[in-house]
Amino acid sequence: MGLLDQKFESANIVVTTMDKLLNWARLSSLWQMQFGLACCAIEMMAASASNFDMMRFGVIPRATPRQCDVMIVSGTVTLKMASRIKRLYDQMSEPRYVISMGSCANCGGPYWEHGYHVLKGVDRVIPVDVYVPGCPPRPEALLEGLIKLQEKIRNESLAKKKAV
Amino acid sequence: MLTEFGRILAFIIVGALFTAGGLVAAWLLRPHRPYQQKNSTYECGEEPIGNARVRFNIRFYVVALIFLIFEVEALFLFPWALVFKSYGMFAFIEMLVFLGILVVGYAYVWVQGDLEWDKPMPRFLTHQRRTTVFEEKEETTIHS
Repeated sequence: MGLLDQKFESANIVVTTMDKLLNWARLSSLWQMQFGLACCAIEMMAASASNFDMMRFGVIPRATPRQCDVMIVSGTVTLKMASRIKRLYDQMSEPRYVISMGSCANCGGPYWEHGYHVLKGVDRVIPVDVYVPGCPPRPEALLEGLIKLQEKIRNESLAKKKAV
Repeated sequence: MLTEFGRILAFIIVGALFTAGGLVAAWLLRPHRPYQQKNSTYECGEEPIGNARVRFNIRFYVVALIFLIFEVEALFLFPWALVFKSYGMFAFIEMLVFLGILVVGYAYVWVQGDLEWDKPMPRFLTHQRRTTVFEEKEETTIHS
């Protein structure tokens, strides 16, 4: 079924109110796919811990992709891991978002030239919403990436985009 | 106005409505775009191998049966403990009879050897034992 699977022609008050409600619900409970790939995962853990407390944004780590909304790709994506990441992303329920954390996940990082085993950016296998630069990014940077993602979700709409 | 059970009934109705409302709302609002990879079994990112239905060893059968019997015994003990004071000596003797029957069954199981765990015998061990028995027999025939 899924009443809201299609885009609506006119952005009337029903559609915009529904937009606001859905976006508010989605951005304030971004459950996180719990997996860390490399040293960025340490910073991600620090962001989850009490000092930075990612949970105040509604980010709760979950153990299964079925319950998750956001996948934080934290660290070096090796070619072996790339197929797994693709599969895990596929198994997440929609709507799903991806935060690419750190230089390795963004573009290959220090392995961009001679890393024979590293995927040059996780956006080659899955669509990425927010890139967080840094090697590794501090927890504050990850939090800012999260807030950017929330802004992005806040501006989503069920109405069709008009051609300019 | 409401009796005690009436409150429970109201609680059940409200709970059912709440759950059903949530499920129906999710069914209406959620995106529904299934495809094969999305529906595949979650196996920590690996491709699922084999069947999810695993066979258990037949050895567990006796253990499960005995467990069931003694679980029922424990279940009977709880209501008995509740009404024990009002029934007094009669309840005590009644429960002793019941436990006695079960103890007889327990002793039977013990004597039958069902409580012993059947250990799998590696093949070479049994082979060795057979050969030694064979040799002893040969020796006895020579001596006699």
